[in-house]
Amino acid sequence: MKFKCPECDGEIETKEVIEGEILSCPDCGAELEVSKDKKGNFELKVAESEGEDWGE
Amino acid sequence: MAQTLSLLYDRVRVEEKEIINAAQKKGVELRPIDAKELHLEITDLNKDEIFGDVALERCVSHFRGLYLTAILENKGVAVINPFSVAALCGDKLLCSMKLAKAGIPTPKTIVAFTKEEAMKVLEEEMGYPAVIKPVFGSWGRLIAPLKDRETAQALLEDREEMGNPLYQIYYIQEMVERPPRDIRTVVVGDQIAASIYRYSAPDDWRTNIARGGKAEVCNLTEDLRELILKAAEVVGTGLLGVDAMETKEGIVIHEVNSTVEFKGAMSVSEVDIPGMIIDYALEKARR
Repeated sequence: MKFKCPECDGEIETKEVIEGEILSCPDCGAELEVSKDKKGNFELKVAESEGEDWGE
Repeated sequence: MAQTLSLLYDRVRVEEKEIINAAQKKGVELRPIDAKELHLEITDLNKDEIFGDVALERCVSHFRGLYLTAILENKGVAVINPFSVAALCGDKLLCSMKLAKAGIPTPKTIVAFTKEEAMKVLEEEMGYPAVIKPVFGSWGRLIAPLKDRETAQALLEDREEMGNPLYQIYYIQEMVERPPRDIRTVVVGDQIAASIYRYSAPDDWRTNIARGGKAEVCNLTEDLRELILKAAEVVGTGLLGVDAMETKEGIVIHEVNSTVEFKGAMSVSEVDIPGMIIDYALEKARR
């Protein structure tokens, strides 16, 4: 699958993805979350950054 | 009618992917739900069918997961882990107290509420080195060894400047003499799924896999199995990560984790941990 990085516009090629998965842009290193748009197509958005309460 | 499950997430880690796969393999309907895209009317107590019979709460944000659990339980949805378990395990202070009260060996811990009193704890009772931990949070975040008075003063001053009032709950623990590893056990209900040694990375003293720690299979003795299962029972039973350390005086249990990460355990153990989790959720759904 092919995506555009929402941060740097770089090309991102991946295998199959699932919603909620985190990818990192090979160009700019941004952490990106796989989500679905209103039509149900996969899209990438910038992922939340680590919070103080993250973990187990 | 077949039981249905939901998986509440905010980030799909390896663990969540594997849980989704395990459900598929078993032919179980499991609906992944992104907690970031939810809003819930908390004054409406009707059960929302989308969450199924049992919800597996796997949010990486503790408070998001905790409040979501409270809301769902109030609407009559069973959640793994229950609110009482997640709240207790999400707070190191409450968890230490619970373990101590049940007679489970746990590191000596003293709590103070001001920087001055925390210094007194270190100077007069605990001595150096000691460990200071935030009562909430994970992955070893902000856990610091206090090696001498100067480091302690600097660190406590930093703590005072931090915005979150929970950082002013000074949880000070003895520095346990242990090998550069601890023992992480994944407990599913009343069963032990897998147990691993977590070796700290060469450039860190903490053993968290999230900090680069390495996993190796650990074969538990019967006594240790019993102790770990007791610790899991004491906090209320669920899908848990019980952490133990080997000291000269014997084993201590220092923590029980609620949204257990088992990537490390899965990488070295033959056990189908995600499959066990699905079975456990189904069993709970039948009750």
